[in-house]
Amino acid sequence: MFSAELVINAVVTGVLLGGFYAAVALGLSITFGQLDIVNIAHPTFVIFGSYVAYIVNENFGLDPVLAGIAFAPAFFLLGMALYRVYYVCFERTGQESLSGLTFFFGLMFIIEVFLILFYGVDYRLVSAPYIGKTWHLGFIDFPLRMTVPFVVAIVMTGGVFLYLSKTYMGRAIQAVSQDRLALQLMGADPIKVKQIALGIAIATAAVAGALLIIIQPVEPSVGRLYIGRVFAIVVLGGMGSIGGTLVAALMIGVIESFIATFYGPSWAPAVGYGILLITLAIRPQGIFGRA
Amino acid sequence: MAAILIAGFLFTQGADNEFYFFASYVVLQGLVMAVAWNILGGFAGYVNFGSAGFFGAGVYTSIVLNKAFALPLPLLIVASGCVCGLLGLATGVLTLRLKGIYFAIATLAIAIMLETVASNWEYVGGAAGTFVLQPTEFFVFDSYIELLFMVMLSLSILAMIVARYLSSSKIGHGLSAIRDDELAAECMGVPTLRLKLVSAVTMGALMGMAGAPYPFFVTFIDPISAFSLLIAVNAIAMPMIGGTAAWYGPVIGALVLGLVQEISTVTISSELNLLIVGVMLVGFITLAPQGIVGLARKLWLKKRSP
Amino acid sequence: MPLLEVRDLTKSFGGFVALNGIELHLDPGERLGLIGPNGSGKTTLINCISGALFNDKGTVVFEGRDITKLPAYKRARLGIARSFQIPRPFKSMTVLENLCIPLEYAAWKRVDHRRIDDEAMEILDLIGLSDKAQDNSSALTQIELRKLDLARALAAKPALLVSDEAMAGLSGTEVDEILDILMMLNGRGLAVIMIEHIMRAVVRFSERIIVLDAGKKIAEGVPDDVMRDPKEERAYLGE
Repeated sequence: MFSAELVINAVVTGVLLGGFYAAVALGLSITFGQLDIVNIAHPTFVIFGSYVAYIVNENFGLDPVLAGIAFAPAFFLLGMALYRVYYVCFERTGQESLSGLTFFFGLMFIIEVFLILFYGVDYRLVSAPYIGKTWHLGFIDFPLRMTVPFVVAIVMTGGVFLYLSKTYMGRAIQAVSQDRLALQLMGADPIKVKQIALGIAIATAAVAGALLIIIQPVEPSVGRLYIGRVFAIVVLGGMGSIGGTLVAALMIGVIESFIATFYGPSWAPAVGYGILLITLAIRPQGIFGRA
Repeated sequence: MAAILIAGFLFTQGADNEFYFFASYVVLQGLVMAVAWNILGGFAGYVNFGSAGFFGAGVYTSIVLNKAFALPLPLLIVASGCVCGLLGLATGVLTLRLKGIYFAIATLAIAIMLETVASNWEYVGGAAGTFVLQPTEFFVFDSYIELLFMVMLSLSILAMIVARYLSSSKIGHGLSAIRDDELAAECMGVPTLRLKLVSAVTMGALMGMAGAPYPFFVTFIDPISAFSLLIAVNAIAMPMIGGTAAWYGPVIGALVLGLVQEISTVTISSELNLLIVGVMLVGFITLAPQGIVGLARKLWLKKRSP
Repeated sequence: MPLLEVRDLTKSFGGFVALNGIELHLDPGERLGLIGPNGSGKTTLINCISGALFNDKGTVVFEGRDITKLPAYKRARLGIARSFQIPRPFKSMTVLENLCIPLEYAAWKRVDHRRIDDEAMEILDLIGLSDKAQDNSSALTQIELRKLDLARALAAKPALLVSDEAMAGLSGTEVDEILDILMMLNGRGLAVIMIEHIMRAVVRFSERIIVLDAGKKIAEGVPDDVMRDPKEERAYLGE
């Protein structure tokens, strides 16, 4: 059962999957890690992105990745508006923990129901020339429907990482969680900075959604399966560390791939949640987080 | 409270239209869940996203014990209460030491994991679900549904008594202190972890008990309906709409939201009904975070001081 | 027997050593001043004594009992109470209800359960907040919040009260008000550790002063001696 071929393929699949998971978790890493906003609806935004990509692909034949990128600015604006509402209703009044959390939960529910109302619970897929093809490297399979998203995901993750570490606004975003006052003294408006941060986070959801629907068929409740994975990745990787997010995502991808290969795919969703619970119990600050 | 019980009983004798009992059962079930949720959520300030997990665990405990030992309903309810109380304890021990958000996600995690387990468990029908037979004996009632209605009414009253006792007792004060400022509470001698666990166990037990009769109500159960997201959302929406500060807030929220849902399910559609719940939840959170109770208090204060 | 004994207390946060081998003792009813520049470890020391933090090395002994491993709420029950640098009232409760919490929990064994409300009112009278008893605690002014913090700590019926910068940000007369309250509490047998930056208050209040700098105790003694010690000046003003 444990043939070398099977194991190596499981690892490869896991890595490809993990890279994609990093793209999904990226937005949450920013909001939870840098902004301390617990956007439990993030995976649902990703699903929303999937549907957008589906609609564009279905009606205009545009490649889903391009569709995702094209709509990223719209999602960016959505993220900015979302922060405004969140700030006015919750951050200002100090109600983040109870009401803010529930706000995103309610939002998640509304988006999901909305999608069900308009598109039902059938699975949706996109069509693109590379879906269905597979590269072969000896006995190792690289299904393109996973490889393309992997590449895009890595590029996006790298891009966000560079943005956060090299640009003025990026560093302001990193600073705003650590020292609001210093930021204000530097002349940056913390509210604007946070708005942009949430905008970026939701924009990544647009792209991640497009990638998701390339990898697998999507229906509205799929988002909930990803909540565990995504939070597991962000917590395991350590709050606020993009690099940590990537490493954790790859780890979880590989573990899931192994479980799916050797125990059956129906247990895969439980992996993320299981890892999350274990991490919370043993080392809540994650691998790269500070104690 | 006794008056309500008697009134309910008379209702079953008098009314004929079975639909009222169906609808009332659902509303009362929501009430129990809402009151239970509020014990940890409103009193102590810890949000539980996975109410469906506790409910579903109660459902499946009931199914398993009924299938294996054909136990009568009251025992099933007690058993579910115990199982889910333990579940609450386990969840709490693992995560209540950390910030509230981790507890919230953990509850969601547990709900989904339980759903996965139920889907893979052949004994209870796996993902395809299982049928449950309604017993043929109804004692003094005209139909089994009326019996279930009385059962749920009794559970509702139990939940309200528990919540009222907790909120006005020393434990309730401690929970409020934890909700307001956990560190200060701890320094003032409040055993925060212990009280949080007590709340979690109580909440879990009540939710499990609410789930126990459900299989007999619907006669067909599958994991998706047992662990339905709507149950989880209602469990949060009802207290938040009604007002989390008082023990009767969830009751008001349950009655209001429950009624709205029953009406809209019948008149419009059940999908739109889901949307209404979500919109009402978000609407109330953003515009009236203190819920109906809070609004009422504000109006009352305005009237007193012109 | 000393009321409180801290031996070789060490606490680190990651690589940063906040407290390094602190030794401290306090007799019943004594007034101890704790001073030092910002970041010297004063609040960390208080957190380790009250149980909000657990020290890495060393022991904390209270009334002869080793409480090093006890959680904060148990220490409160034994008789250690504190106020906070930034007041932390229970915002959903009235002033009176705020006091009921420590009376019902920390002071449970030392209080007549039927008289909780009366006891709370007596304490409010003592501190000077009785006319605010039914007001919501979030509606108080700065100095009233400080008084509430002290009243709440007193409601725990402690043997030791730690006052963490209770006078920060207050005006001259307000400082005197708080000082009078603390002296009065000490007069009733309470040992008090006062952390403060307002020198005249510390000097007037303390029977003994300990100076911390960068996690170490650099001076200890009666106020006059410590004030004249050049080490202490250097700690505050730099070389």
